[in-house]
Order: sequence, then C-alpha cells, then structure tokens
Amino acid sequence: MSVFRKLQDQPKLLERAYQWTHKTVRWARPILERIGYERVEPVFVVAEEISKKAIFNCQMCGQCTLHTTGMTCPMNCPKNLRNGPCGGVRHDGHCEVKPEMPCVWLQAWERSANMTIYADDIMIIQPPLDRRQEGKSAFINMVEAEKRGLPTQWQAIIEHDVEKHG
Amino acid sequence: MNKLKHALETKKFVVTAELAPADTSNPQAILDNVAVFKDTVDGINVTDASGAHVHMSSVAACAILARAGYTPIYQISCRDRNRIAIQGDVLGAAALGIENVLCLTGDGVQVGDHPEAKPVFDLDSITLLETLKTMRDKKTFLSGRELTQPPQLFLGGAANPFAPPYQFRAMRLAKKIQAGAQFIQTQYCFDIALFKRYMDQVRQMGLHEKVAILVGVGPLRSAKLANWMRENVPGVWIPDEIIQRLEQTPPKQQRQEGIKICTEIIEEVKAIDGVRGIHIMAYKQEDIVPDILKAVNLHPDQLLPQL
Repeated sequence: MSVFRKLQDQPKLLERAYQWTHKTVRWARPILERIGYERVEPVFVVAEEISKKAIFNCQMCGQCTLHTTGMTCPMNCPKNLRNGPCGGVRHDGHCEVKPEMPCVWLQAWERSANMTIYADDIMIIQPPLDRRQEGKSAFINMVEAEKRGLPTQWQAIIEHDVEKHG
Repeated sequence: MNKLKHALETKKFVVTAELAPADTSNPQAILDNVAVFKDTVDGINVTDASGAHVHMSSVAACAILARAGYTPIYQISCRDRNRIAIQGDVLGAAALGIENVLCLTGDGVQVGDHPEAKPVFDLDSITLLETLKTMRDKKTFLSGRELTQPPQLFLGGAANPFAPPYQFRAMRLAKKIQAGAQFIQTQYCFDIALFKRYMDQVRQMGLHEKVAILVGVGPLRSAKLANWMRENVPGVWIPDEIIQRLEQTPPKQQRQEGIKICTEIIEEVKAIDGVRGIHIMAYKQEDIVPDILKAVNLHPDQLLPQL
C-alpha cells in the first residue's frame, strides 16, 4: 500500500495519468453507453476503488477533483474541506484534528505548485459536495455529469478542464 | 444602513471585538457582558460555539444585541449545521436585524466539551461564503429555489497567516474574496515578522484593495495561559520570545505585561500598509478592552474620518 501512496509525491506523473484516463473514458463514452451504464458502473466502481484507494486513500465521494487539488484527495481531511486548508493547521504542518497526520491541504498546495498541467487550477472554488454521489464512479459522473444532475459548478470545472487541457 | 460597512467606508481605522455568549438563558446577562463595548467598537463578533464548546447560540445572542442597538457580527461555523439549517438561520437572522456574517469552517469537535459529537462540515468556509452571496445577489437558495426577499448581508471571512502553508495563505485569501468576502478578520497576531511577510504578498496581489483586513489581537493574561493557548487552541501561534517575555515577568505583573505586548502589537500593525483595523479578542478580559484602545489612541473620539 505504502509504495502506491508514495506515488503522490510524483504529482506530475499522476496528473498525466489522470488526464489520460479522463480522455480515454471520454473516448469510450459511446461504447459504454451501448453496453449500458448499469452494467459498466459496478466495474468502474471496483476499479476506481482499488486504484484510487491504493494511491490517494480515496473515499469514493464520486466527485473527483484531484487535478485541482494537487493530485491529493481532499476527502482525507477530517473536516472534509473541499477548499482548504483550514486555520487550524499545526505549526509542524500536521492536522488539527489528527495530530499524527500531515495536513492534506498543505500537501495539496505544495504538490500543486509542482505540477505542470493543472498547477493553476487549485485556485478554482470547489462547490459543496452532492452527498448522493457517494460510492458512484467519478469517471462516469464526469462524462455524464449533466444527465446525472451533478452540481452545475462541478460540471463547469470538468468542462473547463476539457476545454483548457484537452 | 449597515454600521460596520459604513465604518469601513468612512473611518481610517476600524475596531471590532469578540464576545463569547454566556451559558445562560438570561438575555440580560448577554447585555451585561457586552456593555463594556458600548460606543467603543464598530462591531461585535458573537462566537458560534467557539472551540466546539456549547454556549448560547450566536444567532440568538446577535438578535439580543441588535435589538439593544449594537452592531453584531454573526459568526457561523460549518461544524454543527448543514446547508439546510444554515440557510434558514441566515434568513431568520436577517429578519431579526442582523446584517454582518463571519463565515468560518470551525474547530474540530475534538477540542470541545462534546468530543463524541458528529462533526457536520457539509459546507466549508468558502462554500458558505458563496452560498450566502448567492442568497443575497441571485436571490435564491443553493438549490436555485427563489427567495421572496433576499437577506441584506455584509460578508466576512477569517484568515490565518500564522499557520502553514505560509506561502499559500494569501492565495487562499484570494479565493475567499472571490467567494464573496468583503471583510477579513485574522487569527491572533503575535508574530509581526510573519504577518508582515503575509501582507507583502497580499499587497503584491492587490488583495488589500478588494477586502478590508482587520488583524486579530488580544492580551495574554499570563505565561501559563499563553503556553496553554499555544498548545490547545487550534490555529494560535505564539512565538517563543513572547512566552519567554511573560515567563521572565513576576506572576503578579504578567497581566500588565500581556496588555503591554498587546498594545505594542497594535501599534506595529497600525503602521502596516493595507491593514484597515483590528479585531480584539480578550476572552474573559473584556473589561480591559477600552483601556487597551485608549492606550493605542483608538478610542472612538480619536478615530478621525478619512478625508
């Protein structure tokens, strides 16, 4: 597990992997539609859970925004902040709630500054989570955001990503 | 007319103070506690279960103050209520004459007197700001449903230049301004060097022209209390020099020394370009606030309108 978590210190590699995955899912969209999302989604959920859990300790919020948070999962923040860090970060850079854990948002900002494709996107304001999406596939949510009624601001972030970064 | 907004537009230097509502159901007790601030400050922050300890609700205490002619600043933390409760409370607050809101994420429940409680954090400080801005400007709830009469709000946020990651704190301030913050109150400032570096960055980004920054200050009662605060109050940073200065003072004179440190810090922040005022937090020492303000020539009589 820890070997995969170490990958987070390679945000440039991860942002490329993210970009490639998002592109591939967009490309495969007609195929996925033909097979039927009800059949594809369970496969995506398992794949996302295994891979993203291993690397990011993903909490399956269903609204991935890793590219705008330094390829660091914000749902690991005990306050679930989508726009952190809070003012409670300890002097040693650790979390206010869990003193043994480095602040997730401190890592997010530092890693983001080291990224090349999405470095500026950490300035984007994340909307409140749609709590109904928990446990669903974030990648299917990305390509079917409108149909699935995801928060309009989140849809805008994904559209912005596609327009700006391809 | 919003008195806090008016003060920020017309005064050179603005002063707000913090009040922690008492553990009582007696409205007179709230009025007794706040009497010391009458005609001395431009706004009174009423904390929302600060440090995750239960006290009288901020909205109720603010309503008591508003009715008595004070200018309350309603603090809302995201820790205890979800988006449904918060939006309803804000409408109710506006109906009771509350115009100023400070949007906070809130301390974790672990520091409070009910550490076993469920932390909510449905929103965060930035999405809370955006939600209230939406209610005011777009005249809708977060859901898009229309409001018959929107609340007239003056929105504030907090900033902590004294917690890591220092180099990104000004950028987070920019996000708060984008989300709707019109005034900012900072965490306690005990580290002037750190604060100056933060303000350099703020001025470089031009943020001081978009938002009114009030610097958090307050007297330390004793060396023991300063040590306790540094260890136990989330987000409070007190440098070793200040702790040592208090420790080297005889116990009986420590309170006086704490006041002296506070006035020195106020004098220093007054001179920093881009600072619009101070926010004084004197928990359980509210009675000395008028003296501190007099000592730094910030008594209201001496506050000259900006021409």
